[in-house]
Amino acid sequence: MAITTVPGTTRPPGRREPYPSTRRRAGLGRKVRDNLTGHTFLIGAVVCFAVFSWYPMVRGIVMSFQRTRRGETTWVGWDNYTRIIDDPSFWTAWKNTFYFTVLALVLGYLVPFFVAILLNEFRHARAYLRILVYLPVMLPPASALFLFKFYAYDPSEAGLFNAVLAALHLPTSEWMQSPGMTMPAMVLASTWMNMGSAVLIYLAALQNIPGELYEAAELDGAGIWRRILHVTVPQTRLILALLAMLQIVATMQLFIEPLILANGAGTGDSATSVAYLIYQHGFFQNDLNGAAALGVIMLVVLAGFSAVYVRLTAKQD
Amino acid sequence: MSVPQYRKAAAIALVAGVGLSLAACSTKSDDAAKDASGKVTITVDCQPVGAQKELLKNWNDDVAEFQRQNPNIIIKSVSVGEQCNNPPDFTARLAGGTVTDVFYGYMTDLQQVLDSGQAMDITEYANKDTVPTWDSVDPALKEVFTDGGKLYAVPVKNYSMGLVYNKVLFQRAGLDVNNPPKTWAEVREAAKKISALGNGIAGYSEYSAGNTGGWHFTSLLYSQGGQVLTEDGKKADFNNAMGKQVLQNLKDMRYGDNSMGSRQLLQWGDLLTNAGAGKVGMFIGAPDATQAIVSQFQGKFQDWAMAPLPGQDGAAKATLGGGEGYFFKKGLTPEQVKAGLKWIAYQKLTPGKGQLDYVRAKPQNYPVGLPQPLLFANGSDAQKQELELRKANANVDTANFAIFEANPVPIKGEPRNAQAVYAVLDAAMSGVLTNPNANIDALLKTAEDKVNQLLAAGS
Repeated sequence: MAITTVPGTTRPPGRREPYPSTRRRAGLGRKVRDNLTGHTFLIGAVVCFAVFSWYPMVRGIVMSFQRTRRGETTWVGWDNYTRIIDDPSFWTAWKNTFYFTVLALVLGYLVPFFVAILLNEFRHARAYLRILVYLPVMLPPASALFLFKFYAYDPSEAGLFNAVLAALHLPTSEWMQSPGMTMPAMVLASTWMNMGSAVLIYLAALQNIPGELYEAAELDGAGIWRRILHVTVPQTRLILALLAMLQIVATMQLFIEPLILANGAGTGDSATSVAYLIYQHGFFQNDLNGAAALGVIMLVVLAGFSAVYVRLTAKQD
Repeated sequence: MSVPQYRKAAAIALVAGVGLSLAACSTKSDDAAKDASGKVTITVDCQPVGAQKELLKNWNDDVAEFQRQNPNIIIKSVSVGEQCNNPPDFTARLAGGTVTDVFYGYMTDLQQVLDSGQAMDITEYANKDTVPTWDSVDPALKEVFTDGGKLYAVPVKNYSMGLVYNKVLFQRAGLDVNNPPKTWAEVREAAKKISALGNGIAGYSEYSAGNTGGWHFTSLLYSQGGQVLTEDGKKADFNNAMGKQVLQNLKDMRYGDNSMGSRQLLQWGDLLTNAGAGKVGMFIGAPDATQAIVSQFQGKFQDWAMAPLPGQDGAAKATLGGGEGYFFKKGLTPEQVKAGLKWIAYQKLTPGKGQLDYVRAKPQNYPVGLPQPLLFANGSDAQKQELELRKANANVDTANFAIFEANPVPIKGEPRNAQAVYAVLDAAMSGVLTNPNANIDALLKTAEDKVNQLLAAGS
């Protein structure tokens, strides 16, 4: 019987490889040799990720099941988790964080979209306007927030916003000192600081929409709102979904806004976010293990949103 | 060099670079505790920052002189910027294991330092041989840094709180600068008159954020005769008539009289910034608050005076006392501990030297003559020496502190787990200062539950 061979191999079809491990080793070795440069370049990134991202993450998870007292670390099972969940500020912090996230979605998500649409309509000074919109992003966040804290949100009549409201004969506000205004005020500052990046991304997406679609819609008698609803939104749907996910993940890590604008917890915990509660447990309450447990809870919640993001990204690819 | 070779060389260089960077990031000390010549090296933190030119020069001069007198000891100074005054930074260094051999901490930090497992028992080393003034150091301060009969730090600063007031605003409001308020009712009346000056001036100002609200609530509660925790330290003890009175006084001033200004949620720097700008009539503080107002917030010494902490119906029942010290890192050799103690003794606890070198400080922009630090026991030799030097070299008008010194109020220490308790009590303070309809009972009940919970958890 003639033995046929598969082109490119010397192994007769249907027969087991005589020395599989040796052959595999040889194959692996060749693969490593062939890609040595690539692998060597990878080492730096892998080491950096391992040391600065993966190790702290694993360490945090381990710490969340431990307790360190008098220099001795013991395993305590779920104790840190039950203790953190029993903290009266726990649910307040989640409620505040979700409230901020929802407000940020309404304000911080839609406003940049409409600003981008508006900028896209301009024929002149477009570059200048883009820089103007992007300028706040270039400000260090702490500086921008101090501007809001001391000038815009000053609760007296001297505050910028209160002066404007007073000039318009509208009721003034105590802003960060008013529990009801704490979150909207933080969202306003946060949107102003961060919307520049979103606007540029939306603008890029808008400019990829073929002009014929708008022309066709116009010929069909569609007004501006119908054009936005039936042409712009469907054409930028993926970008909108991606940015929404990114926005949710980013806003749920709310920290610097309460820290600077509300000096921490604000009035009666009205500004306490989950990230700030982690900071409080870790750095003020001598409770790094409790902080780690809360961090893990937050990680699980954010991982859910990130999974959606990964799916959306894969779809785009 | 061909392109592939060039790539390989670049890759190797990259790996070597990463390796070197990581090695550089290593926290392992590169100094042996004792070198071949027998010299002992110790690292010490809280060297003044570059912006504090005179203080930095004083520190460096002290190091040079100390090393001249002790040729076998090398002091390596480490400046950690504002980290010496910022509890979160301190916690980070402690958790990261990057504290120096001899490291600064608040009196409230003992528990945290012990839990981190980084404190060294220095009981057997702290004595007259290493610290010549040791027997004069106030025993109550040593007790603060003692746990289970073991000493873990050396006190280097101590303060007690009183009523700090702006003489210029007092005069403008028609108040007698030599007869400051003695009770909270008098504070309220004075605050009304001062705030009536307008222009955004607060008659009385108070903290309510960043743990400072809880810190001051504690002092105000002490003035009423209360305590934050029960004697055994296991339960909250402020949800009572005295705690309510503290919050009621503040609420009355804030919303009844509108004499506390509109900006609240203040923490340390916020209030002192306003004070430096002449916008605060009175506040509760330690004598060195005036130093901060002058050196950091552009105020003037001559504008400020100090009185004892007011009480509800008469003199305050007690006032809060606190302070700072230097801990020793676990694992130091006996020679290093002794060297560290000698340095602390020289720089912090010797009249005429280091922080107590009043001759040197007199021409500088730092106050001499303030009624602190209260480091030495009453009647001790070191106290007499220190007081004489302070009086002889005073560069501030000591009359401004005469009422405070002449009417001492019993000093009460900070509660166990102070920073955690203060963080909780901030909410009660901010509640009455930002909400005209604040329910004092509910605020105290919530704070009580939280404090009991954190005490039960042993955190």
